[in-house]
Amino acid sequence: MTELTAKTPGAGIFPFEIGGITAREETPEAMTAIAPYKGREAEASAALEAAHGMALPAPGRSTGKAGARALWFGRDTALLIGPRVDASLGRHAALTDQSDAWIVVRLEGAGARDVLARLTPLDLREGVFKRGHTARSELAHMAGSITRVGPEAWQIMVFRSFARTLAHDLDSAMRGVAARAGA
Amino acid sequence: MRIDGKGLIDRRKPISFRFDGQRYDGFAGDTLASALLANDIRLMGRSFKYHRPRGVLTAGSEEPNALVTTGLGPAQEPNVRATTLELYEGLMARSQNRWPSLGFDLMAVNDLAAPFLGAGFYYKTFMWPKAFWEKIYEPVIRNAAGLGALSGEANSDKYEKAFAHCDLLVIGAGPAGLWAAMEGARAGLDVILCDEDTQPGGRLNAETETVGGMAGAEWAASVVAELRAMGNVRIMTRTAVIGAYDGGTYGALERLAPEVAQRPGAARECFWRITAGQAVLAAGAIERPVAFRNNDRPGIMTAGAVRAYLNRWNVTAGRNIAVYGNTDEAHRSVRDLQAAGLHVSALIDARPHATCDLDVPFFAGAEVSNAEGRQALEAVEIRTAKGVEKIRAECLAMSGGWNPNVHLTCHMGGRPVWDRDIAAFVPQPGAVPGLHVAGAARGVFDTAGCLADGRRAARAALEALGRKAAEVDLPEAETARYDIWPVWAVPGKGRAWLDFQNDVTVKDVRQAAVENFRSVEHMKRYTTQGMATDQGKNSNVAALAVLADATGRGIPETGTTTFRPPFVPVSIAALGAGAQGKGFAPQRFTTSHDASVARGAPMIEAGLWYRPSYFPQAGETHWRQSCDREVQMVRRAVGVSDVSTLGKIDIQGPDAGAFLDMVYTGMFSTLKEGRVRYGLMLREDGYVMDDGTTARMGADHYVMTTTTAAAGQVMRHLDFVHQCLCPQMDVRFISVTEQWAQFAVAGPKARDLLTELLGADQVDLPFMGCGAVRIDEIDARLFRISFSGEAGYEIAVPARYGAALFERLCEMAEARDGGPYGMEALNVLRIEKGFITHAEIHGRVTAKDIGMGGMVSAKKDCVGKPMAARPGLSEDLREELVGLRPLGEIKELPAGAHLFDEGAEAMAENDQGYVTSSCYSPSCESVLALGFLKNGRARHGERVRLVDHLRGVDTICEVQDPVQFDADGGRMRD
Repeated sequence: MTELTAKTPGAGIFPFEIGGITAREETPEAMTAIAPYKGREAEASAALEAAHGMALPAPGRSTGKAGARALWFGRDTALLIGPRVDASLGRHAALTDQSDAWIVVRLEGAGARDVLARLTPLDLREGVFKRGHTARSELAHMAGSITRVGPEAWQIMVFRSFARTLAHDLDSAMRGVAARAGA
Repeated sequence: MRIDGKGLIDRRKPISFRFDGQRYDGFAGDTLASALLANDIRLMGRSFKYHRPRGVLTAGSEEPNALVTTGLGPAQEPNVRATTLELYEGLMARSQNRWPSLGFDLMAVNDLAAPFLGAGFYYKTFMWPKAFWEKIYEPVIRNAAGLGALSGEANSDKYEKAFAHCDLLVIGAGPAGLWAAMEGARAGLDVILCDEDTQPGGRLNAETETVGGMAGAEWAASVVAELRAMGNVRIMTRTAVIGAYDGGTYGALERLAPEVAQRPGAARECFWRITAGQAVLAAGAIERPVAFRNNDRPGIMTAGAVRAYLNRWNVTAGRNIAVYGNTDEAHRSVRDLQAAGLHVSALIDARPHATCDLDVPFFAGAEVSNAEGRQALEAVEIRTAKGVEKIRAECLAMSGGWNPNVHLTCHMGGRPVWDRDIAAFVPQPGAVPGLHVAGAARGVFDTAGCLADGRRAARAALEALGRKAAEVDLPEAETARYDIWPVWAVPGKGRAWLDFQNDVTVKDVRQAAVENFRSVEHMKRYTTQGMATDQGKNSNVAALAVLADATGRGIPETGTTTFRPPFVPVSIAALGAGAQGKGFAPQRFTTSHDASVARGAPMIEAGLWYRPSYFPQAGETHWRQSCDREVQMVRRAVGVSDVSTLGKIDIQGPDAGAFLDMVYTGMFSTLKEGRVRYGLMLREDGYVMDDGTTARMGADHYVMTTTTAAAGQVMRHLDFVHQCLCPQMDVRFISVTEQWAQFAVAGPKARDLLTELLGADQVDLPFMGCGAVRIDEIDARLFRISFSGEAGYEIAVPARYGAALFERLCEMAEARDGGPYGMEALNVLRIEKGFITHAEIHGRVTAKDIGMGGMVSAKKDCVGKPMAARPGLSEDLREELVGLRPLGEIKELPAGAHLFDEGAEAMAENDQGYVTSSCYSPSCESVLALGFLKNGRARHGERVRLVDHLRGVDTICEVQDPVQFDADGGRMRD
């Protein structure tokens, strides 16, 4: 009988590298949507701080650090990436498991911003979209999440089922950027 | 002819290319046009209508004549301007619109028929018979007249689109643009500097001028180097800004350098969307030709182009050159030509008051009245007060003055303003918010003036951005007076060309006025002046000046036609970059996708999702065989189907129940924990939006399912209802469609299968029950719901386990004479049961229409309820959901067919309804259909006529209850 083994969304699709830019799947242990109930943002933030060491992020921002990060994830919602969410938050916020719902890709390398410029209308300029800034936006036809996690490193997320399209569109954009090297 | 000189070509890098099959040589830095002139090729094309021989007129993107086709097969690109086509090794270009060859074009017979082919000829001649226009006249005319052609094959080249953002966008890198960029950059702005040319510099690359103590082109290069080194300036060459749009957004087309475009993975062109805080338009000006008899002979060029070819590319179209102009620039042309050692045979200055200090035959107050030579210019006729004189010339440098490039300033409805001093239109100030015009684009025609104007525009932009200007000294540059004597058309016999691209003459424009096409927009459409690839860049102002004269109005009263994007031609491939093949739409794959494909299932699209149609087995040669088997398998044993694509929404909060009561017609706040209820959702207008089941997982926790097709729409609707209709409710929701892989397990042996999987106690659920279960330590969810009419369950696991669980379920089903089933069988099973999909709830049906009027709770309000009570939606004679079975000889009941009373004529007035879904039912051993019939519920048992006009079906069928199998639902409950 087939064993119930787990498969990541990007298995067999990622990683790949083109022109010095890499696209690698990240597989955090858990991802949980935290949506504070009406008027409970402060309590939820305090509980998040106490349990995981980070406050709830403001719109367009993220808190925490690599391995345990909270992204603003839309209206009244944050996404805790990394640790399994502490049950204490459930008193102040709706918690919804999203661990399997998204593919998380780290796009890294000199020119990664140029790759993203072919996929999203966001203004990702150095002084505008700084490390820790995050947005929900269009990513090559798909509704995605984009977070700057380093000087040349970006975390991008789309729904799990889009993994192959994400790879296809990244591949095309990365080849286009790589072909311009030195031009 | 190539001459000595210090142009911007690299003579150490020879390049060979082909034109009409013949091999030629040029240098790096050449355009096709300059390289052809270097090889003494003056004839480069044939005109659109009369097939007249034409040579290059300009040295820029406004070129109307020298259009060529490059590439072969799928890579074929027509109408490429030789003036902007960079020379590269192996380039193969072909001339257009000629047969059999450019030098000997049989279609030139049209030129002899010219007296009959004037403006409006086609409209007057091919009026009758009417049906002939589309089928005969138009194809023949299009074949005879035209530009280059596409190959008919799908384009094989890659195109990109990309976004860019900046504080200041500078459009054009001539002196005004360069200096505006410098001012912006020194003030610390993020600057994007775009220029359609391969090299920044604008006219400085074409003139012999001194700026900042050095040659103009050198100065431009030094500014570019300085800007590049600053780090906050992005210089985009080969990039034409083609349109100004709302909110500081500009469209731009970038042609990649040939050596880059040829690399693997590279795009040929990139379409940019640039969002800028402020912009400076320094797009320069375009020189206008003068209309005189035979002014289209190869060798006649704008004077600015002659100087550009001379100074930048070190080529000339002849040794003997005549110069004809109406400003001091004519004298500049003579100076440059003489300095290059060329013979200037005449300087014709239209200004009667002009004087000349050059050693050249000089004619003040004179005009060129005719040109001789057919495939190449041989001589010009000069008309003075004393008479007509003929002078030898292989090239004529002509200028009627300059038109500022106001194009982009008019993209939001602005109209340019006539400036009498320069006899040209200038931009209306503030026509595009945040766009400041500078330099020649504003009618400032000397270099010193342009630099200062660039500074002024940049500082206006800085002020708008709240930034401080830096102190930068303006470099020294030449000043000049622009003293123009307007000349539009030289009087005389014969044809004088205004629009070279569309073969429109002075006479054509006058004819339009005579026939009362007096408005400039009517004149344009009557004569075709200003159409095609150059969009009248060379001819618009002169044409309307002629029209103004013919109608006795002034030029400002006559006005211009409307300027619209794009400024230069943009291929559809660039606009739609990336949207071919897999780039057309994203693909969504379920976790069972690979397993379904491995089992040979043809995958069909359901929205963006891919789902299996059926799972063929050995010996099955037709989809119906597989489908029938799968239906019977579910009815007799057990089937497994991936239903993960249905939308799933996690809803939590103290007001979750109340919120569901608001969005569903039924009551959900009273649903017991651990139970599932079917729900119907209405749009605000009272029609059915979607249906699905919602499970109550906990006191404040529900999981809603939607149809696959409407998942996004429902999510959006919930957001709307929460944000706008009941913001007071404390409820939170998020999509979990992708979090859970969910499988239907249906059939008499479903319970047995799940007992083996989960153990008997976990499977012990009542009909419409739900609960958390565990499979091998994995948290899962089990729902006892059925879309097949059989005892059915749906089991959900975190998506990472989806692929494995599907395999295991298939194995377990196969051990029970069951297996996977696809969309076809799923559809048959639900039609047998009368279950609806979006084929039935297609947006124009009410709850009552589908027999669910009773599901609209009387105890509460819900979205859509008041509007559903409108008379038109609640009256009795609406079309209602019914089942249909064939009675006649023809057993087909195709979806889309219409219903009529038996004996009634099958016409729209007699329409009684239509078929929405249809299948062959192995369970009922009959074709079955669902459809809507006027007052249908009261007509069960009646005979109706079914007609499908498209497929030619005409038969009789019987009206039934929509539920045609297991009417009491015992199979799924027991």
